[in-house]
Amino acid sequence: MSNAHSNLSVSKYAIATAVMLSSVGMVNAAGTLTIESWRSDDANIWSDVIIPAFNKSHPDTKVNFAPTPPTQYNSALQAKLQAGTAGDLITCRPFDTSLTLFTSGYLDSLNDVQGLNEFSDVAKSAWVTDDGKDQFCLPMASVIHGFIYNKEIFKELNLSVPKTRDEFFTVLDAIKSESRYSPLAMGTADQWESATMGFQNIGPNYWKGESGRKALLEGKAKLTDDAYVDTWKELAQWKPYLGRGFEAQKYSDSQNLFTLGRAAIYPAGSWDIQTFNNQADFEFGAFPPPVAKNGDSCYISDHTDIGIGINANSKNKEAAAELLNWMASQEFAELFANAVPGFFPLSNHKIAIKDPVAQEFISWRDQCESTIRNSYQILSRGTPNLENQLWNVSAQVINGTMTPEAAAQETQNGLEQWYAPQQ
Amino acid sequence: MTQHNHQDEKKPFPWHLVIFLAPALLIYITFSVYPLLDTLFLSLFNSQDGNSTFVGLQNFITLVTDDNWSHAFWNALLNNFKFFVIHMLLQNPIGLLLAILLSSPKLRLSGTYRTLIFMPTMLSVVIIGFVWQLLLSPIWGISEDFLYNIGLGQYFDAWLGKEGSALITLSFISVWQFVGIPMMLIYATLLNIPDDIVDAGTVDGANPLQTFWYIKLPLILPTIAMVSILTFVANFNAFELIYAVKGALAGPNFSTDLMGTFFYRTFFGFQLQQGSASMGAAVATLMFLIILVGVMLFLFFVQRRIQRFQF
Repeated sequence: MSNAHSNLSVSKYAIATAVMLSSVGMVNAAGTLTIESWRSDDANIWSDVIIPAFNKSHPDTKVNFAPTPPTQYNSALQAKLQAGTAGDLITCRPFDTSLTLFTSGYLDSLNDVQGLNEFSDVAKSAWVTDDGKDQFCLPMASVIHGFIYNKEIFKELNLSVPKTRDEFFTVLDAIKSESRYSPLAMGTADQWESATMGFQNIGPNYWKGESGRKALLEGKAKLTDDAYVDTWKELAQWKPYLGRGFEAQKYSDSQNLFTLGRAAIYPAGSWDIQTFNNQADFEFGAFPPPVAKNGDSCYISDHTDIGIGINANSKNKEAAAELLNWMASQEFAELFANAVPGFFPLSNHKIAIKDPVAQEFISWRDQCESTIRNSYQILSRGTPNLENQLWNVSAQVINGTMTPEAAAQETQNGLEQWYAPQQ
Repeated sequence: MTQHNHQDEKKPFPWHLVIFLAPALLIYITFSVYPLLDTLFLSLFNSQDGNSTFVGLQNFITLVTDDNWSHAFWNALLNNFKFFVIHMLLQNPIGLLLAILLSSPKLRLSGTYRTLIFMPTMLSVVIIGFVWQLLLSPIWGISEDFLYNIGLGQYFDAWLGKEGSALITLSFISVWQFVGIPMMLIYATLLNIPDDIVDAGTVDGANPLQTFWYIKLPLILPTIAMVSILTFVANFNAFELIYAVKGALAGPNFSTDLMGTFFYRTFFGFQLQQGSASMGAAVATLMFLIILVGVMLFLFFVQRRIQRFQF
C-alpha cells in the first residue's frame, strides 16, 4: 500500500515536472496568451475550469493566467506596460484607472469585437470613453448589493423577510429586544463599508437608480437633494442596531460576527457569499434593499467590477480577440458565475446559477432596475475625491458625529469645487 | 620634527581614500542624494492629465492655502506634533526610568527584563498593530473583561474607533513598541560611567538621588538629546502603524492622519483617487523641510550646550 502510494506520488511529481517544463515552453511559443489579473483567488478556477473549457473549442491557443496581488496590481501593471512586458490580455478595473490606460495608448479599442453586442449599455459603462465612442474593455463580472440574513435566527424569532423600510426596522427592533444577537453586522472602522454596504446599498431606492445617477452627472441633481439626505437619514437610524463598539469594528470582524451566528443581518456585497459558504454552518438567505411602500419599484446596485481588454502592444491580437469573443459567450458566463459565486456575468445571456444565495441575488435583476455606484463614473476624478468623501461622511453619519444634512452639504461642496456641471 | 616636515612636503594625494570611498559614495548619491533632489525638483511641476508643466512654487501654495489641501495638511501636521509630544513625554522618560532600574546592581534577572522590553521593537509593526487591535477590540478583545475584573469596566470604550481617542491610543501602542530603544541607548551610556566618579561622589556624602541628579544625569544628557532627535525624526516619518491599523484614510474622520499617511494618499492615490506625483513630492518636500528645521534647531540650541557642558 505504502509502495503504491509512493509510486503514485512519484508519478505525480513526474507529471507536475513535465507540466511545468512544458508550460515554460508554452510561454515562449507563438499563440500563447497571457492574462494579467488582480484576482489571485481565481487562479485555480482559471487553470482547472475556464482554460480547459476554452481549449475544447480553441485547441491551438494556450492561455496563461498570471495574477498579481490586488494591492500591487495597478502599479505592477503600469510598470509592465511601460516596459513592454505586460501580458496580451489585461484585466480592467472599472472607470478611471482603465480609462487612463486607454488614453495613454496601452489598451486597444474593442469596437470591432463582436461579442460586445451581448452586453447592455449599463454593463459597458465602466469601460467606455466619456463620449461613449470607444469601448476598451469587455465587461466580465459585477457584484450586487443587498442584505444577507441568518435564516435560523429569523426562524427562532419568528421573523419574516422585510420588504419595506418600516418592516425592516420592525425586524431590527424585534431582534434587538427579543434576543442577544446584534441586529446588524457592520462597523465603521474601515469606513468603506459605511459607503459601500450602507450608502450605495440602500441609496438607489431613494435616488431611483440610473436616472438619479445620470442626473447627478449632468448637474441636474445635487447631493443636497432629499434623495441623498434621506439615504443618510436612514443610515443614521442604523446606529442603535449595530454591535457594541462598532466604531472599532473592522470588515473582517463583521464577517466573523455573522458567520459565528452572533448577528442576524449583514449588509452585504454578493462577493461575501463565497466567504460565508466556507465559514458559516447555518443556512443564510438574502433580500434586496427594502423600499418605502409595498409595490414601489425597486433599484439595486449591480456594480460593474471586472472587465478585460487587449494590450495595445500585444503580438497575438487575433488570438486575444478570439478569447474575448469566447468570454462574451454563454458558455463562459455560466462557467464563471458558478465557479465564483457572487461575481455575476454582465452579458444578456440567461444562465443557470447553482448557488442558492447567488441565485437569489441575481433574481433581483428581473424585479428591480440595476444601477452602479454613483461615485464611480467621472465624479471621483477631481479633488476632493467624491468616493473617499462618501466613505468619510457616511461613517461619520453612522457614528453620530455628523448630521445627514451636513454630510450632504460637505459632499456637494466638494463636487462643486471641481466638477463643472455642478457649478 | 624634521620627519614631520619631510612628510608635509612629499605627502601624495590620498588616491586610495577616493577609491575606498567611491562605492559607498556612489550608492549614497544614487539612492539618497539623487532621489532627494529629484523629489525637490518634481515638486515644482504639475503632473495632471499626463502632461508635466513647470509651476514653480504653486504646489506649495496650494498645499498651504487651498481649502481642499490645507485642511488635510495642517491636520496631519498637528497630529504629527501630538504624536511626537506623547512620545517625548512618555517614551523617553519611561526609557530612562527603565534604564536606571536595569542598571541597578541589586536587580536580578535584568538580562531577561532587558530582552522582554526590547522584544516588541524587533517585531513587525503590522503584527503589533494586529495584536493590539485584537486586545482592544470591543468584540473579541480581552481589555474589556480585564477592566471589569479590576472594577473599571465602565471606562471601557472603542478607543481605536473614536475621534477623540484613536490617535492617543495609537501613540501609546507606538510608545509601548519602541520604548526599548531609548532604554537600551541610555542603559549602555549608564554602564559606561566610570565607577570611580560615582564612588567619589558617595565618599563626598551624596545619596543615591543626588548621585543620579548631579553625576549620572549630566553624563547621559548627550544620549538623551540624541534619543530625542531620533524620536523627532522617526515620528515625522511614522506611517506603518497608522496604515496597518486605520488604513490610508486614517479614520475616523482623519483623526489619526499623519504626514506619512497624507503623503501616501497624495502620491500613490487611494481607492478612486488618482495619485499625483508632483503634489506628493510637494508634501514630501515639506516633510523634509520640517524635519530639517527641527534637526537644525536641535543642533543649534541643544547640542552646542551639551558639548559645552561636557568639556
